[in-house]
Amino acid sequence: MNHLRVSGLRKRYGEQEVVAGIDLELRPGECFGLLGPNGAGKTTTLRLCLGLIDPDGGEIEVLGLPVPARAREARRRTGVVPQADNLDPDFTVEENLLVYGRYFGLRQAEARARIPALLEFAGLSARAASRIQTLSGGMKRRLTLARALINDPDLIFLDEPTTGLDPQARHLIWERLRQLLNQGKTVFLTTHFMDEAERLAHRLAIMDRGRIIAHGAPRELIAKHIEPQVVEVYGDGAGRWAREFGQAHSERCEQTGETIFCYTHDADSLVHHLDQRSGLRYLHRPANLEDVFLKLTGRELRD
Amino acid sequence: MTAKAYAVPAFSPRLLHVWRRNSLVWRKLAIPSMLGNLADPMLYMLGLGYGLGAMLSEVGGMPYIAFLAAGTVCSSTMMSASFEVMYSGFSRMHVQKTWEAIMNAPVTLDDVVLGEVVWAASKSFLSGMAVLAVASALGLVQSALALWVIPVVFVTGLAFAGMGLIMTAFSPSYDFFMYYFTLVVTPMMLVCGVFFPVSQLPAPFQVATQALPLTHAVELARPLMNGAVPGDIALHLAVLAAYAVASFYIALVLTRRRLLK
Repeated sequence: MNHLRVSGLRKRYGEQEVVAGIDLELRPGECFGLLGPNGAGKTTTLRLCLGLIDPDGGEIEVLGLPVPARAREARRRTGVVPQADNLDPDFTVEENLLVYGRYFGLRQAEARARIPALLEFAGLSARAASRIQTLSGGMKRRLTLARALINDPDLIFLDEPTTGLDPQARHLIWERLRQLLNQGKTVFLTTHFMDEAERLAHRLAIMDRGRIIAHGAPRELIAKHIEPQVVEVYGDGAGRWAREFGQAHSERCEQTGETIFCYTHDADSLVHHLDQRSGLRYLHRPANLEDVFLKLTGRELRD
Repeated sequence: MTAKAYAVPAFSPRLLHVWRRNSLVWRKLAIPSMLGNLADPMLYMLGLGYGLGAMLSEVGGMPYIAFLAAGTVCSSTMMSASFEVMYSGFSRMHVQKTWEAIMNAPVTLDDVVLGEVVWAASKSFLSGMAVLAVASALGLVQSALALWVIPVVFVTGLAFAGMGLIMTAFSPSYDFFMYYFTLVVTPMMLVCGVFFPVSQLPAPFQVATQALPLTHAVELARPLMNGAVPGDIALHLAVLAAYAVASFYIALVLTRRRLLK
């Protein structure tokens, strides 16, 4: 049985179809990444899966239970890490876990028994009695993650879990998510960080304007949608260089501001030419998920 | 969604988790919170009751301080319930997103909203009881009939909690609540028989005050505290209960529309 099954899902707000007929499947034990620019419909999809809002069309099944009809039962076995921290500022770290456990119907003794391991998982054993206001951003995120585990869920939803964190804190969250995957948990992650998706997700889907425009394993997506090598060229003369040479010697050539991106199967001639030419800095690298993302969703800003 | 926003409320025992969460927070600051809640009504009751009361022979057939004590039990219940659902409730709903966190667990918005109303009624109940206890200690309570004030205060708390929650559901910010206090709570304090008998008002106003919940709370509590059985008990209770039920439903519909979209 799949842990999440979504088919033909639709949600409309006024004139705008925020989720415009998407299909998703999450197999037990996998990490699935839903990628998309701001406003793509990721958070709405997540809220639909939790049964917090009703779809205008399509079907959702979470852990075998139809949602929203049996959403409450489904939520007994899911954990949620929301986009914005909503830890309870009126309680200490430990009380946050205790009180949250109660919402799942855990008895005081049951919750208390689970807390030490969760605090250790979050690296907050020494901060059990601290007030939430005294925690750093990374600590709050880790506590939110620990809180999402209080009911020992089978499926965990994370909405942009590392937005706003410094690199150290992000790496720690990733490490913890890998631990959870090793324990056999299923993880549904939304993000707009490509490196996050590339590192963690077994499979992912790219969502834009309410639709899923590509899906597959990260490597597959890169192989399928984009040339394997990228040469980025910076500097004043980059535009002229692109017109005079770059465009002719790469499969695709794009400009964003002062930077030229050349996509190609063989970058030797580009690199050779650039080495001859002083004043232009460049970076030759393998294509990554971000290149796929930008190719599929475009380079213009989304606000 | 529209149809669902108006659906009949569906509760579960999980609303107790919401109540309990709030009570745990309150317990941390129970003593200062109670003292803070009591100070204001006590100052009015004792200051006006003895100060102004010294110049008056009797009001409504009793010493002014006794008259005022019954009004103060009801008005402090109103104040406490209103403050709780508006300022604290808005913090939990909008600022801290506590409700959102709770709804990610197997607790629904209906449970959350009813849990909040019952919590605010419980907290305001304590305020009303504290005033009643002080009044009783000062010898302003005439007989054991005053024990019937206990359920009256709880229903009063429910009514004002529901009404305040309608404002919370609407409100874009804390500033908004000032309108409610200035336009609803303070006028009720003045015209519903807390400080002086409703019969002192011009006739059309007397009729209008019959539509206000605080009037009915006072008309029950005052005779009960002064050793008499109130008239029209069923009517007064029915008005308070109607306010409680209707305002709760309206608040729930508005909150659903605000949060579940």
